[in-house]
Amino acid sequence: MSPILLQVIVSGLLIGAVYALFSSGLTLIWGMMNVINFAHGDFVMLAMYTAFLVWTVFGGGPAASVPIAAVVLATVGLLSYFLLVRHVMRGPMLAQILGTFGLALLLRYSAFWYFGANFKTLPDTLLGPPFVLGSIRVDAPRLLAGTIGLLVTLSLHLILTRTALGSRMLAVSEDATAAQLMGIRPERMQAVAWALAAGATGIAGALIATFFYTSPTVGETLAIVAFVTVAFGGFGSVPGALVAGLLIGVIEAVSAFLIGPVYKDVIVYTLFVLVLWTRPQGLMGKA
Amino acid sequence: MMRRALPLLLSGALALLYPLLVSGSAVYQRLGALVLLSAIGASAWNLIGGYAGQVSVGHAVFFGAGAYAALAGYAQFALPPIAGAPIGVAVAILIAALIGVPTLRLSGHYFSMATIAVAELVRVLVTNWEWLGGAQGISGPAVARTVLDLSFTSAVPYYYIFLAVLAAILFITWRIEKSRMGFYLRAIKDSERAARSLGVAAGRYKLYAYMLSAGLTAVAGALYAIMFGFIDPESGCGILISVKMLIMAALGGAGLLFGPLVGALILVPLEEISNSLLGGKGAGLTFVVYGAIIVVIARFLPSGLLALFTGRMRPARKPAATEPSHAA
Repeated sequence: MSPILLQVIVSGLLIGAVYALFSSGLTLIWGMMNVINFAHGDFVMLAMYTAFLVWTVFGGGPAASVPIAAVVLATVGLLSYFLLVRHVMRGPMLAQILGTFGLALLLRYSAFWYFGANFKTLPDTLLGPPFVLGSIRVDAPRLLAGTIGLLVTLSLHLILTRTALGSRMLAVSEDATAAQLMGIRPERMQAVAWALAAGATGIAGALIATFFYTSPTVGETLAIVAFVTVAFGGFGSVPGALVAGLLIGVIEAVSAFLIGPVYKDVIVYTLFVLVLWTRPQGLMGKA
Repeated sequence: MMRRALPLLLSGALALLYPLLVSGSAVYQRLGALVLLSAIGASAWNLIGGYAGQVSVGHAVFFGAGAYAALAGYAQFALPPIAGAPIGVAVAILIAALIGVPTLRLSGHYFSMATIAVAELVRVLVTNWEWLGGAQGISGPAVARTVLDLSFTSAVPYYYIFLAVLAAILFITWRIEKSRMGFYLRAIKDSERAARSLGVAAGRYKLYAYMLSAGLTAVAGALYAIMFGFIDPESGCGILISVKMLIMAALGGAGLLFGPLVGALILVPLEEISNSLLGGKGAGLTFVVYGAIIVVIARFLPSGLLALFTGRMRPARKPAATEPSHAA
């Protein structure tokens, strides 16, 4: 394997881990409540602006912005759940799309109104020089984002599968009425899911802001990646989002390198549609 | 009968007279035309998304097919844009058949996701397709060569063309609503499994509705291209085009004959006001209001505004979304 290809695969894996992280929030909500959050990309955008504010106001780097963004976004998630989602869940699927898309517009244009349309970027040198290992060279922000992305996605998976809280959430997603009879409050568990999902999205956004431009509409671009990742990996499956995220990261990077950057999206979408046709539940979704 | 016919006749008369009532203001005439254009697209979407309950978020593909066919005919062969429209409709129906056969097997959110992916795929392809103008897009005739170019400075001719087309689409929808197919589609929407068990050829009827909806959406695209004389990948195939059709229909009342029109009557003026203010100090703020209004309606009237009048405030039972979501 040529060293360049190896380099390409490594950077694909790193960006893939970030895809996995911000998609796991979407997949958690989708799997648990059968709701697609169309404002998910805008949650990422809010987290990116939070990181930007932390830098401009306090001069804080990722060590400060990641936890702050997690808390801010978890709050946004809770508010969205209690004020909107809890109510539209009772309506038809269209009402959910309508409600969360309205929320997306609200967030997007609030950011536009407050921050303006200009791209904001954090300084490149925030995290020091690129990291070099043999022939592979990785920018420090991407390395950090990839590593934390992987770790947080795995912890989310562990929370869902290895803790009592996770079991309760799973019970609610399987059968809310039965869970209620066992003394679990479905609404509380769903609120926890929103807080967890939005918090994880907050971490992802703060990390992405260290190497990607921030703008009010950046969420639209990121949301489509998240949709593809989630449907690819299987709805409700965090490990699925992880595998799909890494896979999409690598496929994008390799096809951009071999065929040209323009066609990387074509390859990813085509693959996605093929997976949907042959295995609609996604790679790791339950049948 | 009278109780239903009278308001209908009155609003029909009002629609016919509207350009004369606002004859002093070109802005309001244009606004009227834009409302009708959006209502055409949203009513076309309503056939598959509202009546059959298959929430497509990828109708921009069909809109784009109509819009691009109209202007590519001009750019490549110097045809009047209207001549390209039937080709756009045919292409849209063909695409619908091609992507409908596999994707309509998916249900619920999976169908929505698949349509988003297909639409994004098409948008990327069109962006890199030089024959269709690539990322720059293509323009229509700058000055009308003959009246066939349908290039007018006033919005009034467009208004009446759109009104006629909308009336035709609503008539088709109304006929379908009352027909066997209409009952089948509503049965599929309530529970596809139950409909199948009663012998409804669900796959076939969903495909028919999808193809018809696609063809009519292409008409909306062609009309858009004719009026604006310009199309690019974002305004032709962008995800916002798909989402707007859905939002208008859902806001007014999806699966109701006049739902999309009511949605367009509310959202288009809102959007035009915000567009005209954009660039000023309040940039973005009006879209914040736009978003907030959508949220409030989704929160308090999940079945759309018209549900207020039809007495169907809430679905009687949990919607079909709780079924296993990939009945292949």
